[in-house]
Amino acid sequence: MPTTKAPETTPERAALPGPRRPRTTRAPRTFEQANRRLKWAMLAPALVFVGAMIVFPLIFTVNLSFTDAFGAVNADKGYVGFQNFTDALEDSRRFWPAIRRTVWFTIGAVAIETVLGLALAMLMRKAFRGMRWVRTLLIIPLLTTPVAIGILWLLILDPTNGIANHLLDSLGLPPQEFLGSVSQSLPTLMFIDVWQWTPMMTLLLLAGLSTLPEEPEEAARVDGANGWQRFRHVILPMLGPTLATALVLRSVDALKTFDILYATKGPGGGSDFEVETLNVYAYGLTFDYQEYGLASAVLVLFTLFIIGVVVVLRRRAGRKSA
Amino acid sequence: MSTRSQSLSRRSFGKLAAAAAAAAGGVTLGACSSGGGTASPNAPLRIMAINHVWTHTISKRLGEFEDLIGRRVSISMLTADQLANSYNVKLNASATDVDVMMVRALQEQLIFAHNGWLTDLSDRVRDDAFRWDDFQEAPRERSATAGKVLSVPVVTERPALYYRKDLVADLGGPPRTLDALMDQSLELADRRNNFFGYVGRGQRNGSVSQWSSFLYSFGGDFTVDGQSAIGTPEAIAAYEFYGRLLERTGPPGVTNMSLEQAMPIFAQGKAAFYIDADAIYTNFLDPGVSTVQDTVGFAPFPAGPAGSRPHNIPSWSLAINEFSLLRDDAWAFIRWASSPEMVAALQSEGIPGARESAWSDPATLGAFPGELAESMRISTENGLGHDRPDVLQVSRARDIVGRPLVAGILGESVPPVARDADAEFADFLVRDNRHRES
Repeated sequence: MPTTKAPETTPERAALPGPRRPRTTRAPRTFEQANRRLKWAMLAPALVFVGAMIVFPLIFTVNLSFTDAFGAVNADKGYVGFQNFTDALEDSRRFWPAIRRTVWFTIGAVAIETVLGLALAMLMRKAFRGMRWVRTLLIIPLLTTPVAIGILWLLILDPTNGIANHLLDSLGLPPQEFLGSVSQSLPTLMFIDVWQWTPMMTLLLLAGLSTLPEEPEEAARVDGANGWQRFRHVILPMLGPTLATALVLRSVDALKTFDILYATKGPGGGSDFEVETLNVYAYGLTFDYQEYGLASAVLVLFTLFIIGVVVVLRRRAGRKSA
Repeated sequence: MSTRSQSLSRRSFGKLAAAAAAAAGGVTLGACSSGGGTASPNAPLRIMAINHVWTHTISKRLGEFEDLIGRRVSISMLTADQLANSYNVKLNASATDVDVMMVRALQEQLIFAHNGWLTDLSDRVRDDAFRWDDFQEAPRERSATAGKVLSVPVVTERPALYYRKDLVADLGGPPRTLDALMDQSLELADRRNNFFGYVGRGQRNGSVSQWSSFLYSFGGDFTVDGQSAIGTPEAIAAYEFYGRLLERTGPPGVTNMSLEQAMPIFAQGKAAFYIDADAIYTNFLDPGVSTVQDTVGFAPFPAGPAGSRPHNIPSWSLAINEFSLLRDDAWAFIRWASSPEMVAALQSEGIPGARESAWSDPATLGAFPGELAESMRISTENGLGHDRPDVLQVSRARDIVGRPLVAGILGESVPPVARDADAEFADFLVRDNRHRES
């Protein structure tokens, strides 16, 4: 009785290019083949999630940024090329001041957090009595939601009823308007950001410090280096990679700050747009003005801006560690 | 693993990632598209509403309505901003999980109508038993957009002058004119000791609606014949007056104050005068939050050069989501909640409604303090039916109109800022009209 012999297939053969193999060879016949397919099956949920939550919204936003979408996202809209980008870049009333505030807020807050975080990490480097308590206390601001922090500070800094002005008064100092003032709002919010995020810098740098070898510092001490010299020329260079990572993480986070600004100053970042950063501006364009095309263009520019900042910071960090 | 199989893996990974993104996109788009079909008999009627005394009071009576329609009712209460943002998110996705929407006819109705999100109620309100003509004229007019009735007003609002009886007794009583308000505020202010002559909203966007009554009483308006009117001498005078009042007699940090920040200052006895919505009067009579419950007085909006011209607006209305699968039940709710009997009952509990029959019934006014009821009656007679620009993008318009207000409060020269805002507002109106026609 004539029989049809199936072609012999090995994993190596299956991987080679050549004429299309019969369908029958696609069935997983070996453990390795089955394993390879299982690998993709296991990856699929994560890929679908990333696709749904990151890739699709990103593509959708980029697409929307080239349209005149207004009112409703699913309404009829026309493609307007780079018009939204031009409009945003020519907007000296809201867009460029928002960029300036975003940069100023990020640089100011992150710089202070880094210096304070490093100082605290150095202080807490050696074990001391009550260290656990101090570390637990440090974590509290990190665990509190930004909106709750915003409301808390609004109450503390209320110009009429807040305890901050009572404290200043008892010290003989003049009362301040804090978040009620156009000029004091951004510095006040930077202070709140420093209060909340310095502990994170401290913990990251403390982790970095704990991994450093002790010998180089010991050698410097034997050579007669004082504390500052050991810190400046031994510890700081060794801590460079950790510091760079902490800086990148915190800078990206600070650039994207939204909730604390919105919770304390409301839509538009205050009466004179005094704390309107790019994030707050884009949110307002979307939810208050329903200008989805322009909002998407601002968000695309914002994303490119963040990527640019990360690339610059990483390059600088790479150059230093090299 | 060989190099070849690695490159193959990368390629297939790319393919799989692309397929996953496409599938995810499809799933996301599918989830965002309208479901269509019919509602399950067990599906509740979903109402999204403002966290307001009206909602709290109506919630207590929901059992009666559930018995009427044989369906469960679920109410979500949010703040005004949260509510607007939720509508934007849900209705952009043509969501069917909202049936009755509490909306601000003057803030969101035009843009929602432009988006096709609100059901046309014109035929339903014409039902004789509903007595649409019984609604006050100004709120009724604001409920219609492009000739279609899209909402039914349930809460109305006018400004009231809240004052301290104990402080103005020696000054001849509450001020009847804006000039007298300024004089008395200046006289009573003792800012060094944390006591203020006048407190009011000072936020760029949030203060526009309350400032509108000052604007009208100075003889101005936001627009005249569709053109910007915020650079007119009347508008500039209103900007300068309001700015001066808050700058010289108001609390520090007032440019960061909206209703939530300004009201407690008066309630805690730290200001002599406060002008805001009459619907919030209960806050000053509640001993839990107020120290002025025995000394607070109520007066009509003081007269300016053009007389006393306050606003009288439908602050909250009920509408039906165009994508709702329970439109008949949603209408049954609106009909029940805005019926003459219900409006009269709610008004008797201190919630000002929009029906003439309730206002002409002395029994429903008994809940309000006598002075306040009189102030409401006068404002209802004189009132204008809008308190903000009548445009699609109300929030953007308020941001522009509010700029000279902030300049005035900060003590800056108002005319140059008003001229700049006037030019910006004129450009904005052109764009807004273009959107309306699209």
